[in-house]
Amino acid sequence: MVGGGLAYRFLPGRGWLRLISLLLLLGVWQLLSSTGVLPASRLASPVSIAHTAYTLVTTDSPTYGTLQASLLVSAERWGIGLSVGVAIAVLLAVASGLSRIGEYAFDPVLNAARSIPLLGLLPLFIVWFGIGNLPKILIVVLGALFPMYVNTFAGIRGVDPKLGELGQVLGLSRWELVRHVVLPGSLPSALTGLRLSVVGSLLALVVGEQINANAGLGFMINTAEEFLANNIIMVCLFMYAILGLLADAAVRLVERRALAWRREFAQ
Amino acid sequence: MATRVRAVNGSGMTSVAATAVGTTAPADQVAASVSDLTRRFGDRLVLDGLSLDIKAGEFVAMIGRSGSGKSTLLRALAGLDREVSGSMTVAEPVAVAFQEPRLVPWKRVLDNVTLGLRAPEPARVATEALDEVGLTERITAWPLTLSGGEAQRVSLARALVRSPSLLLLDEPFSALDALTTISMHRLVLQLWERHRPAVLLVTHDVDEALALADRVLVLGDGRIAYSATVDVPRPRDRNHSTLTGLRLRLLRELGVPMGDTDELI
Repeated sequence: MVGGGLAYRFLPGRGWLRLISLLLLLGVWQLLSSTGVLPASRLASPVSIAHTAYTLVTTDSPTYGTLQASLLVSAERWGIGLSVGVAIAVLLAVASGLSRIGEYAFDPVLNAARSIPLLGLLPLFIVWFGIGNLPKILIVVLGALFPMYVNTFAGIRGVDPKLGELGQVLGLSRWELVRHVVLPGSLPSALTGLRLSVVGSLLALVVGEQINANAGLGFMINTAEEFLANNIIMVCLFMYAILGLLADAAVRLVERRALAWRREFAQ
Repeated sequence: MATRVRAVNGSGMTSVAATAVGTTAPADQVAASVSDLTRRFGDRLVLDGLSLDIKAGEFVAMIGRSGSGKSTLLRALAGLDREVSGSMTVAEPVAVAFQEPRLVPWKRVLDNVTLGLRAPEPARVATEALDEVGLTERITAWPLTLSGGEAQRVSLARALVRSPSLLLLDEPFSALDALTTISMHRLVLQLWERHRPAVLLVTHDVDEALALADRVLVLGDGRIAYSATVDVPRPRDRNHSTLTGLRLRLLRELGVPMGDTDELI
């Protein structure tokens, strides 16, 4: 865990210990389902959800297709949207972080746009871009863009001005200062932004692809809703959660490597 | 030796920077020459027509109460303050070691030293400098893992590799413990004797100034209020009679109330 804080040092063991509470929760849930406290018509048991997932993977049902096919469609929308959103955010943050002109050009616009409720844009996007993949991907782009932009911008502006003076004394050119001091200095904040972007864009994906979808996890959820198949809905929600966890783990891995200079300090 | 001249205009704001590239320095050439330097912060006059010459290779220490403008002068010489007025000639290159070592935390020790270094084989030069300050084993360490003394030595090595004509030291030892400070004093003298830059050491520690410098200046009311040459061979015994006398004098100049002064220091 990067920058795990002081307390982390005093905690025994490793990450797997954190799984215990999750397993415990699943156990209690299964128990409540098996004893009938939780009626299956409202919330399926973990075992039944696992079974549904298995069936969805192994059989290509005419109604739902296969789980992996849906997952792939959703993951693709998300992957494209997240990458595009993050890339645009970084470009804008660098432009407005490094120059006043850039700041005045982009920052007010982005901050104003940020206050528009993202999911409220969906109907407008459908009017503009139809019901294909485009409006769904665009919503994901926006979900990724704002947190990444805000944090990267703050990171750039938050670099210790004393290091700027140092750069001046060492005779660094403007580009060298950006490359060796400003950008690496903004990385911790930018990576926090990336993690928020992962979450934000996933949320955008979930909502975005439930409207007018004919493929993907959102489509599965919609169809399952018509048939009151709550276990299928649960399977799809777990898929979203797994996507989110995987992406978060990937970002943490990047953090661990890119912020090695901080990790050794924390140990 | 290149010389940087910053323009004169007596009052108001400076400063058009002009750069004159000089030829080989004669032995008596000045490393820095400042005259009539003035700096205001709001309506507070921090430097008030200060004039100062530092000879090439001379070790000058400047003491003064906090807020006396020591750091302001140093920042002006380092080219970090563009709002001083007066005239200033500084022999390039200038190197600075700051009070906090200001290492770039995401660069390993060696990369901190080579940062911005325009020399052939920067890594070799930097490795040698780190050898000189006794940090051979810490070359690949992250700055956040260094002790205060080690970090300050990296900062010295980083200043040193630039072969400065003028080395500005801004209270570089004030955050270190007493034992580390003593070994840092020894190191600085060693490096100075080997490389012979002119040094301007800003400090609030009278003993430090007396242990190191050829000349000690007291800054007061924005000018040089007192100047004393320390004509005692190094390494110096702090109880040397000349130093004892000078110490009393300097403390008086700094406005430290006298009484049983020996107890005081």
